[in-house]
Amino acid sequence: MSVISSHHHDHTHDHSECQRYLTSLTDYVDGDLDPALCRELETHMAACENCRVVVNTLTKTISLYRQLPAPEMPNAVKERLYAVLDLKPHTLSADEGGDPA
Amino acid sequence: MPIQANDMDLVARLQAGDEAAYAQLVEENAARVYRLALRMMGNEADAEDVLQETFLSAFKAIDHFEARSSVSTWLYRIASNAALMRLRRKEPEQVSVDEPIERDDGEMLPRQLFDFCCLPEDDLLREEAREEMAHAIDDLPPTLRSVFVLRDIEGLSTEETANALDLSVPAVKSRLMRARLKLRERLSAYFAQGPVIVESRNRGEA
Repeated sequence: MSVISSHHHDHTHDHSECQRYLTSLTDYVDGDLDPALCRELETHMAACENCRVVVNTLTKTISLYRQLPAPEMPNAVKERLYAVLDLKPHTLSADEGGDPA
Repeated sequence: MPIQANDMDLVARLQAGDEAAYAQLVEENAARVYRLALRMMGNEADAEDVLQETFLSAFKAIDHFEARSSVSTWLYRIASNAALMRLRRKEPEQVSVDEPIERDDGEMLPRQLFDFCCLPEDDLLREEAREEMAHAIDDLPPTLRSVFVLRDIEGLSTEETANALDLSVPAVKSRLMRARLKLRERLSAYFAQGPVIVESRNRGEA
């Protein structure tokens, strides 16, 4: 296939063979891709370095975002929320207030 | 997530007006709602407004809660709507209600082919890279951002995300794909030059 033999020189990665798989890539990284299409894509990737890089970096992008530390909710935000909702924070866990009363 | 027995119990107590149940609902879900709001809005002041609005709306709507989803998915739905409404007021041209599901494929074509997977994990997750990742989310159109945040950051399933955002499963998949490809493109460009510049700058200052 000519697209494959030329891929080393094609840095825009816009040949039609690869484009055909573009919409399948995120289903692929989620493991949701139809098995037949999955085999076809893997055969293509074995020969196409560009698509391998796209799949690897796509997977890595998702995993980096999953590792982002979750932003904490400041205590002041929580206190104002309870005030707005007119709730007494009586179920707050012990580490929240440390109120000796 | 289908509704669970302890959800049923909580909802029954909420509907009966039990104040401890209201506090429990807030206690168990506020941090999660705040996280979503912060990722959606990109700043703490708006996130706090969305947080308060979410629980005020939830308290009002509790009598109409239907057991089609879990309580947490229901709250995600209220929070996402509140966030999107607020964004729509702020940047109406950015948030179209009936955005076409598919656009020109050219938008998604991968152009950055730098394989950053092999960079050390310390480089990939250093402070500046994490800020770049957060900015990249902020720069997504809100309709893509909401899907990415719920599905890939909060870890909802495709079905739960569809439920929370009132979208079809194919619409969720399509938006998720566009969001992920845009973020991949942005991070690839960043990592292709970022670590080198930062390292040499740090060395120069040291």
